[in-house]
Amino acid sequence: MTKRRNLAPWLLVLPSALYLAVFFATPMAQSFALALQDSAGSWSLESVQLMLGDPDFGRAVSATLTLLVLVIPIQLALALAMAIVINKRLRGTSLWLYCYALPLAISELAAGIVWVSIFTQRGWLNSILQSLGILDRGVIWMSGESYWMLIGIIVVAEAWRATSIMMIILVAGLQSIPDEYLEAAEVYGASLWQRIRRVILPMLRPSLQVALILRVILAIQVFATAVALAGTGLTVMSQQALDWANDIDNDNVAAAWAGLMLVISLTATVGILWLLPVREEQRQ
Amino acid sequence: MTRAHTLETPPTTPARALDGPPVPEGPPPPRRKHTWRRLGNQALWYAAAIVLALFIALPIYLIFVSAVTPEADRYTYPKAIVPSALSFENISFFLRASGVVDAFWRSCIVGIITIVLALGIGAPAGYAIARYVFRGRDAYRLVILATRAFPVVILSIPLAVLYRQVGINDSVLGVALMHTTLALPFTVLITSSVFVSIPRDLEEAAQTLGCSPAQAFRRISLPLALPGLTAAAIFTWVLSWNDVFAAAILTLRNPTLPARILSSLTQAPLHFQFAAAFVMLVPSLVVIFIIRRYLLGLWGRVVK
Amino acid sequence: MSEIRLERIVKTFKDVRAVDDVSLTVAQGEFMVLLGPSGCGKTTLLRSIAGLEDIDAGRVVIGGRDVTELPPRARRVAMVFQSYAVFPHMSVFENIAFGLRMSKVEKTTLTRRVRSAAELLHIEALLDRYPSQVSGGQRQRIAVARAIAMEPDVLLMDEPLSNLDALLRLEMRAELKRLLNEIGSTTVYVTHDQVEAMSMGDRIAVMRAGRILQLGDPLTIYQTPVDRFVGGFIGSPPMNFLPATVRDGGDGLRAEVQDAGSLRLDGTAAWLTGRIGQAVTMGVRAEDIDVVEDGGADGVLRGRILVVEPLGSHDLLTVRLGESRLKVATRPGIALRADDPVVLRPQVERLVWLDPESDRALERPASAA
Repeated sequence: MTKRRNLAPWLLVLPSALYLAVFFATPMAQSFALALQDSAGSWSLESVQLMLGDPDFGRAVSATLTLLVLVIPIQLALALAMAIVINKRLRGTSLWLYCYALPLAISELAAGIVWVSIFTQRGWLNSILQSLGILDRGVIWMSGESYWMLIGIIVVAEAWRATSIMMIILVAGLQSIPDEYLEAAEVYGASLWQRIRRVILPMLRPSLQVALILRVILAIQVFATAVALAGTGLTVMSQQALDWANDIDNDNVAAAWAGLMLVISLTATVGILWLLPVREEQRQ
Repeated sequence: MTRAHTLETPPTTPARALDGPPVPEGPPPPRRKHTWRRLGNQALWYAAAIVLALFIALPIYLIFVSAVTPEADRYTYPKAIVPSALSFENISFFLRASGVVDAFWRSCIVGIITIVLALGIGAPAGYAIARYVFRGRDAYRLVILATRAFPVVILSIPLAVLYRQVGINDSVLGVALMHTTLALPFTVLITSSVFVSIPRDLEEAAQTLGCSPAQAFRRISLPLALPGLTAAAIFTWVLSWNDVFAAAILTLRNPTLPARILSSLTQAPLHFQFAAAFVMLVPSLVVIFIIRRYLLGLWGRVVK
Repeated sequence: MSEIRLERIVKTFKDVRAVDDVSLTVAQGEFMVLLGPSGCGKTTLLRSIAGLEDIDAGRVVIGGRDVTELPPRARRVAMVFQSYAVFPHMSVFENIAFGLRMSKVEKTTLTRRVRSAAELLHIEALLDRYPSQVSGGQRQRIAVARAIAMEPDVLLMDEPLSNLDALLRLEMRAELKRLLNEIGSTTVYVTHDQVEAMSMGDRIAVMRAGRILQLGDPLTIYQTPVDRFVGGFIGSPPMNFLPATVRDGGDGLRAEVQDAGSLRLDGTAAWLTGRIGQAVTMGVRAEDIDVVEDGGADGVLRGRILVVEPLGSHDLLTVRLGESRLKVATRPGIALRADDPVVLRPQVERLVWLDPESDRALERPASAA
């Protein structure tokens, strides 16, 4: 009887472990293998070299990383602002939370198109600015000519789409900070900004760490938003992997791209863990 | 050395009337008025809340207007922020485009298979890590968390190769298997947080009252977990519904809805795109509304 | 109603021996309290009786039946949990009926037993409600009703009152005692609250670090603790402990307390003769110390008052006596204040003598007991 009871958790975990072994671990190993083989199947660095030699290589990497570097701080600030507003428990807290969480379930592609409707030449932004008399003529926001304008637009769209997940994690983190700490800080004369800096951010660190890692990893995979908004005006790493896999039909180079993205993801994760260490006693 | 002292009860203090609480005199104090400072402070918080809410909600409203603008107004400029009429012309144009309805159903089916697989495999594991302490539990949790660090891209490409070998490339099942992989870590963590929130005592009490462990689970934990599990299922469906990348790699002639839209994105007219975005968006909004009570529970606790 | 016999129970969590070779027999119909600080193994021991814990060694025998290998459902025990564990998705009626339904009790009997259990706990008006609609105290009553509706051989209670506020706890304590007296079931009751243990138990097993230190009726444990821990844990304030030396005063034995004088002992302590010249620890309850007028008397202890706490029913003095501090309970309204000198005469026949090395009570020769 004792024996049977101890086996139960193993039996319950087993199916998922097997599934991940087949559909996660195996393809991952194969991905590395593919990246380190040429298209004929023999071991070589040819695929990696093809990737590096691609004229789009530099463009894709720099666009992805630029987007990442711009969007993460903006999202962090927005998510923190939302979380603090939610935690303030204004009237209708659940309504505000629902509103801020809306984009959580919106796909990258839909989000991209939503912002197309705003930034397109005869779109909402020009429309509103002209009706208000701020502009005489519509500005061409989404032009392949202006790289930085495209980057800016994608940053806005990504900030809109993917801030919710950070917000939710931070709200949950904030709620686990007892009000007494903030009240105590207030009694001892801390202003709102001081409370954020001295109490909220340090105590929120475990949540911040998770939120940042999750967002950075997803930002490295940015794809459909960019495609919808920039078309061919700009290319990102995921786009390159997809092109090599589908259009050029060279899975080896596509796998090399995947490997590169993994390396960047892991580097970023380690970097965040290093920059934002969480002491063991802060974990729950 | 010591002074003698009396041990008799000391004389009572001079007689006083029994003290009641002090009775306030005069009229009650005037109600404190809202000071401008307090009012201003409140107003600032609400202003912040509203600005943030507009940033989120306005684009959703605008895509709604874009999608329901009648054909006649399609090229009116500047655009009217309130549509002159609600029209389904754009949406039906989108739905009539070749393969869109098929892709829509395909997406639904992929989503359902993903729910069944991810929950069927993930929920038992979630239960196990919520209820049992066993060797390898921490390692398993770590693996589950780690899977999230790997980009979809890295899985999709070898899977595409594998599917061609097995003969399930370009199929609903193939995409669903991939989506299950993506969803599984979430399902495990979410269901475990659902089961953690149901006190273990309840199952134990049921056992002392005559239940076997299986009965205790079925009669106590399962009914209590059901709303949370439903929320988890719905969210699994959203993960699947929203995936573009894996579906784009794994399908060609039988795309899911996002993959279908993506493939014609560059050639499609804007009103087609707007209707497409709207159709993709509606289920997402409904879903968030249904599971709104669980948002914090689902995501907040997952991170721990 | 059955006797419970625990034989050499061992339960280990990782490296910690939660229950360390405990044997205990609870007589049929007896109310046994397991008392101890948190982490002493009392709850683990209770859960071992219920079958919720797989024990590493030993036997659990209930009513002559070895239940060690049986799952909880086959042990004919009922348990009240600290958290009450009232099922939130079932009405109060269904909660109380749950165990009866599991054992397929026929419908009219079921209704009758649910009703009578509810009546015993005065919750018959709540039967249609849901747990979220009733107060914490009422939830506690539901948990108890659910247990007694089972008419179990053995009733196990895990700190059932600890989540109630003080006033409610006082009320429930008396009510539970009445109730259990009425149904007369064999009960094992876990608590960390020594007042609860004293007031309710037929016998108390004081536990610490997985072992039973002392087993006995409440008054015996209160008056003659087997060691310093038990004396300190039971009673409020805890028992005072004073270092002393046994002396031959010429006219009889004395206990000399450094810088406080020497206490004249009487015949009840004559058995300490063999300890003359040796150090002992003197244990004394706060209420067993008399404050006396200083007539320059000999054989008393002199100290200085540090604090006077008027508590209504009595005043509690904290007295500095040589190097030690001592709690003394006096009748209320005593005309003493902080910093006053005070003369104390402990009631010699109530003193407990301990070995200062082992902190265990000194063996009293059988003839002197």
